[in-house]
Amino acid sequence: MSQSPTKVVVTGLGATTPLGGDMPSTWSALLAGKSGIRPLTWDFVNELPVRFAATLAVDPSEVMPKQHLRRLDRNQAIALIAAREAWTSAGFAPPATRRAKKGEETAGVPGGFAVDGERLGVVVSSGIGGLHTALDSYDVWKEKGWSRVTPFTVPMLMPNGASGHVGIEFGAMAGSHALVSACASSGEAVGYAIDMIRAGRADVVICGGTESCIHPLQMASFGAMRAMSTRNDEPERASRPYDKNRDGFVLGEGAAVMILESEEHARARGAQIHGIAAGCGYSGDAYDIVLPDPSGAGQAKAMRRALADAGLAPEDIVHINAHATSTPAGDVAELASIKAGLGEEAASKVVITATKSMTGHLLGGAGALESIFTILALRDGIVPPTANLEDIDDEVDLDIVRGEPRKLPDGPAAALNNSFGFGGHNVSVAFQRVL
Amino acid sequence: MAVATEQQILDGIAEIIDDIVGVDKSEVTPEKNFIDDLDIDSLSMVEIAVSAQDQFGVEIPDDELRNLKTVQDVINFVQKLQS
Repeated sequence: MSQSPTKVVVTGLGATTPLGGDMPSTWSALLAGKSGIRPLTWDFVNELPVRFAATLAVDPSEVMPKQHLRRLDRNQAIALIAAREAWTSAGFAPPATRRAKKGEETAGVPGGFAVDGERLGVVVSSGIGGLHTALDSYDVWKEKGWSRVTPFTVPMLMPNGASGHVGIEFGAMAGSHALVSACASSGEAVGYAIDMIRAGRADVVICGGTESCIHPLQMASFGAMRAMSTRNDEPERASRPYDKNRDGFVLGEGAAVMILESEEHARARGAQIHGIAAGCGYSGDAYDIVLPDPSGAGQAKAMRRALADAGLAPEDIVHINAHATSTPAGDVAELASIKAGLGEEAASKVVITATKSMTGHLLGGAGALESIFTILALRDGIVPPTANLEDIDDEVDLDIVRGEPRKLPDGPAAALNNSFGFGGHNVSVAFQRVL
Repeated sequence: MAVATEQQILDGIAEIIDDIVGVDKSEVTPEKNFIDDLDIDSLSMVEIAVSAQDQFGVEIPDDELRNLKTVQDVINFVQKLQS
């Protein structure tokens, strides 16, 4: 049981993903089993081992003026887009920031709840940061010299840039943070946000993750690791967790942001509550810089610690949104970890899905996006299917949703969202349904 | 490059500012202070100066850039160097 009596709830959701330009369109595409994975159309794409990715459904240029985009890396722009949606969906008034006073348009509901900036925090992570900016500015330097390099290069490439921009836009003065732990980054962001509220540092925290690094260098360097699917002739079928013919992950881009709030604060303002952010568990593999510990001990530990932090028993868990990236080794190793973490009996009753089959792998954005999917699965009582699961791996002995979405029973329910990152970072976030 | 008139310099600066920071051209008048009136930060000023150098064919050293507080200051500086 957690030491703190403060309960943390989820009151706002936002995203821009390969499946849709906002959260509702993303969720309905996910339930319909649609794929956000597309061929890349770069000039020299044939020189790359992987020629497809899960690119954004709606380009930021469709919703943001070019003058703003020229000083934001793509990962920062999409974090702002997702944060604006989350802020508005929480019913908050436009923030009373310096910029808003100058007449700049801001997100929010006119006449909505005015959030106290001193009690507002931000935790927005990116695993990679502004890769596009770093490489574009390097090209400018080589071609035109240092004086033509944009003076925004540093704030655009730093991985905490998105967190900074979100904090500025909404006037968050309780603290602005960016946890970096590769593909576990935004799982950690949610966990840190829960702790900020429990510790009394903030009443409201804007938290999430963002990533946009679909760049030839990434296709080459993940390709060099032999980590990515090379199913170039069938991109939509390339991400296939738990399928016998899976051959690696598919790189995706996108941002997902949620509003966490102390229950007391949310109830006092009559907020719509989507779910309870019940707790978070962490562990370090201390094994290898890229390979997960094959024993699964670290991953299992993270799940057990999440349960302990949330005050839940293994039997309370009805659903897990697995990390499952569609790599030959990783997917089945995680299932072993789930059995070790929850115990065979409880694990056999859990409904598991792998949504990266449709979104691709958002790296530093994955933990937050899949946390939102987990919250919505509990709230709406429906778990999206794992796409492309045609010929199930012989080693899979747990209940994976395939084909159609699966209904969850009514009543008390809790779920876990797993995120594991290069470096041996294991994070599991626990959510509970609001009754 | 031909010497530009005061109006041509003003129009050129207004266009650069519109393009870089999105302040409407009609807002850019000679008496406006970049920071206080047009809300242009120091990094954007660097970008504007680089564009102005390209457009008017003059060098704006960093030491001088710090002294250019208003639109009129830039007009005067460009005119002085062009003449």
